[in-house]
Amino acid sequence: MKVLVPVKRVLDYNVKPRVKADGTGVDLANVKMSMNPFDEIAVEEAIRLKEKGVASEIVVVSIGEQKAQETLRTALAMGADRAILIVSEDKVEPLGVAKLLAKVAEAEQPGLVILGKQAIDDDNNQTGQMLGALLGWGQGTFASKVEVSGDSVEVTREVDGGLETVKLKTPAIVTTDLRLNEPRYASLPNIMKAKSKPMEQKTPADYGVDVTPRLSIVKVEEPAKRQAGVKVADVDELIGKLKTLGVVA
Amino acid sequence: MSVLVWVEHDNASVKDATLAAVTAAGKLGDVVALVAGHGAQGAADAAAKIAGVSKVLLADDAAYGHGLAENVAPLIADLMAGYDAFVAPATTTGKNIAPRVAALLDVMQVSEVLSVESADTFTRPIYAGNAIATVKSSDAKKVLTIRGTAFDKAATEGGSAAVEAVSGKGDTGLSSFVGSEIAKSERPELTSAKIIVSGGRALASGENFTSIIEPLADKLGAGVGASRAAVDAGYVPNDYQVGQTGKIVAPEVYIAIGISGAIQHLAGMKDSKVIIAINKDEDAPIFQVADVGLVGDLFKIVPELTEKL
Ligand SMILES: Cc1cc2nc3c(=O)[nH]c(=O)nc-3n(C[C@H](O)[C@H](O)[C@H](O)COP(=O)(O)OP(=O)(O)OC[C@H]3O[C@@H](n4cnc5c(N)ncnc54)[C@H](O)[C@@H]3O)c2cc1C
Ligand SMILES: Cc1cc2nc3c(=O)[nH]c(=O)nc-3n(C[C@H](O)[C@H](O)[C@H](O)COP(=O)(O)OP(=O)(O)OC[C@H]3O[C@@H](n4cnc5c(N)ncnc54)[C@H](O)[C@@H]3O)c2cc1C
Repeated sequence: MKVLVPVKRVLDYNVKPRVKADGTGVDLANVKMSMNPFDEIAVEEAIRLKEKGVASEIVVVSIGEQKAQETLRTALAMGADRAILIVSEDKVEPLGVAKLLAKVAEAEQPGLVILGKQAIDDDNNQTGQMLGALLGWGQGTFASKVEVSGDSVEVTREVDGGLETVKLKTPAIVTTDLRLNEPRYASLPNIMKAKSKPMEQKTPADYGVDVTPRLSIVKVEEPAKRQAGVKVADVDELIGKLKTLGVVA
Repeated sequence: MSVLVWVEHDNASVKDATLAAVTAAGKLGDVVALVAGHGAQGAADAAAKIAGVSKVLLADDAAYGHGLAENVAPLIADLMAGYDAFVAPATTTGKNIAPRVAALLDVMQVSEVLSVESADTFTRPIYAGNAIATVKSSDAKKVLTIRGTAFDKAATEGGSAAVEAVSGKGDTGLSSFVGSEIAKSERPELTSAKIIVSGGRALASGENFTSIIEPLADKLGAGVGASRAAVDAGYVPNDYQVGQTGKIVAPEVYIAIGISGAIQHLAGMKDSKVIIAINKDEDAPIFQVADVGLVGDLFKIVPELTEKL
C-alpha cells in the first residue's frame, strides 16, 4: 500500500515569532524554517510502516513556495521515496490544501494519508479532517498509535479525557499527535541519496483547484503582555503572597 | 442569524465546554443546540435548561453514540441548510468534527475563536498564541470552534427550550468505535479547575508526582497538570498536558513546579489569572510570566509548602 504524507514548511519551533510592525503578519524574513514537527512524526510513521512491510511506497507532498523543496528533501532524506511540490507563492488555506491533497490522493490512490494534527504556525488543526470529508474516507485524528491489518486500520487517539480507539476502513486519514513516535534524524549518506530522489513540480491550476482564500487577515497583533511579578525569598513569604492574593485563607 | 451549536456531552449530562460555545454563539444570533448521541435524552434535557438556548435538536441513533466524525458530520452538514453558522467548542471532539463539517459545506473554518468582532470577523491565536490574528470570513455560512477560556460560561439553569427530534443518515460504515481509556479522577477537570498545580520534567518520576505534586493539589483542591516533557517521560497520562498541543487552561491560580516555561507550554496557561512558579534556575523563562516566583529546589520547597498550608 502506498502512503501519502503532506508536509508543511513552518517557522522553526525554537524561534520566537515576532509580529511585524505593520500588523500584517509574523516576520518570516531571515528566520529559520523547518518541517512542521507533527509532519516529521507523520513521515517517521510512514517509514516505520514501510520497514514493517505494510507500506510499499512513501510519497511526500507540500504546497508552498519553492523553498518548500528543502522540506521535501528533508523528508526524502528521512526515507520517503518521492516528492511532489505544488507551487504557490501565495498562502493556501487548509480548505484549499485539502482540495489539492484530494486530487493528489485520487491520482496516487494511497491506502493511508498521514498528516500532522496541526501546523505550529497557524494552529488550525483542520486539513486532515477536511481531506477526510472531501474523499469520503474515515479519519483517525490525534493518533498516538496506528495499527494496520488487512483492509482496516486501528487508531488510538489522544482525546481530552484520555485515549480512544477507533477502527477505520482503508483508505483512511490519520493525523499525528506528539507521542506517536520519535522521528529519526537523516544520516549524511541518506541526505546525499535524497538529492537524486524524484521531485515533481505542479501548480494548483494543474489540478483545476481554485485556492482563493476565504478568510482575509484584517490585522495581526501581539497578545497582551503579562507583567513579570515579584520573587519571594522563601516558603513563608510565598504563603504570605498566596494569602494577599486570596488563594489560601 | 441562526446558529447551530454542538453540545459536548456523555449522553446523560452536558460538558462544561459547551457553555462557552453557547455564549459565543449568542453573540452571533439565535442559538439552537444539537445533541447527537445514543440514549441522549438526559443530555438533551440538560441542554434545554442552558440560558440562551432557544431550541434543542436531538439526533438519537446508535451511529452517533460515540460522536464519530464520519457519522455526525453529514448529519450536521444536512441540518446546516437551515442555519447561518455552526459553532463547536475547541475540544478534541469539536476539533475532530467541525473541519469535516466545514469541508462538506465548502467553508473555511475559523479555529479557536477568541472573540466575535462582528457577524463575519473574529480573532484567533496563531503561532502558539504569540500573535493574535483578526480574520474576516467571506463564506456565506460560518464554521467556528471556540476557545473555552475566552468566553464566559452560559448558566446551566434558566432556559426552557423545547426538544425536537431530528434524524440523519446514520452509520456511514467508514469507522467504528473500539474502546476508550478515560481517566477517572476525583480531582477537578483541568479546563474547569479554579487552581491547577502543574509539574515538569524536574519531577523526574511518576512516584515524585504522586508524593510531591498531588499532596499540594489535595490541600488546595486543585487539578493536576503537566508539561509535555513530563507526559512524554511517562510520569503522568497524556490528558494532563497543558500547552499549545495539549489543553488550554486559564484558572484563577496556576502553580508551575519544575517547568521551564517553553513557549509551547506558556501557550496553554499564560491567560491564568495568577501564575506562581517554583524553579531552581532564576533565569527560567517561566519567571517572565509569573506573578510570584520562588527560586529553589522543588523537592524541599513543595513539601514544606504543603505542610505549612
Ligand atoms: C505569515 C502567514 C501569513 C498568512 N496569511 C494568510 C492570508 O493572508 N490569508 C490566508 O488565507 N491565509 C494566510 N495564512 C494561512 C496559510 O494559508 C496556512 O498555511 C494554511 O491556512 C494552512 O493552515 P495550517 O497549516 O494551520 O493547517 P493545519 O490544518 O493545522 O495543518 C495540518 C496538517 O496539514 C498538512 N498541511 C497543511 N498545510 C500544508 C501545506 N501547505 N503543504 C502540505 N501539507 C500541509 C500538514 O500535514 C499539517 O501538519 C498565512 C500563514 C502564514 C504563516
Ligand atoms: C510541536 C511541539 C509542541 C509542543 N507542545 C507542548 C505542549 O503542549 N505543552 C508543553 O508543556 N510542551 C510542549 N512542547 C515541548 C516544549 O517545547 C518543552 O520541551 C517542554 O514544555 C519542557 O517541559 P519542562 O518545562 O517540564 O522541561 P524542561 O524545559 O527540561 O524544564 C525543567 C525545569 O525544571 C527546573 N528544575 C530542575 N530541577 C529542579 C528542582 N529540583 N527544583 C526546581 N526546579 C527544577 C529546571 O531549571 C528547568 O527550568 C512542544 C514542543 C513541540 C516541538
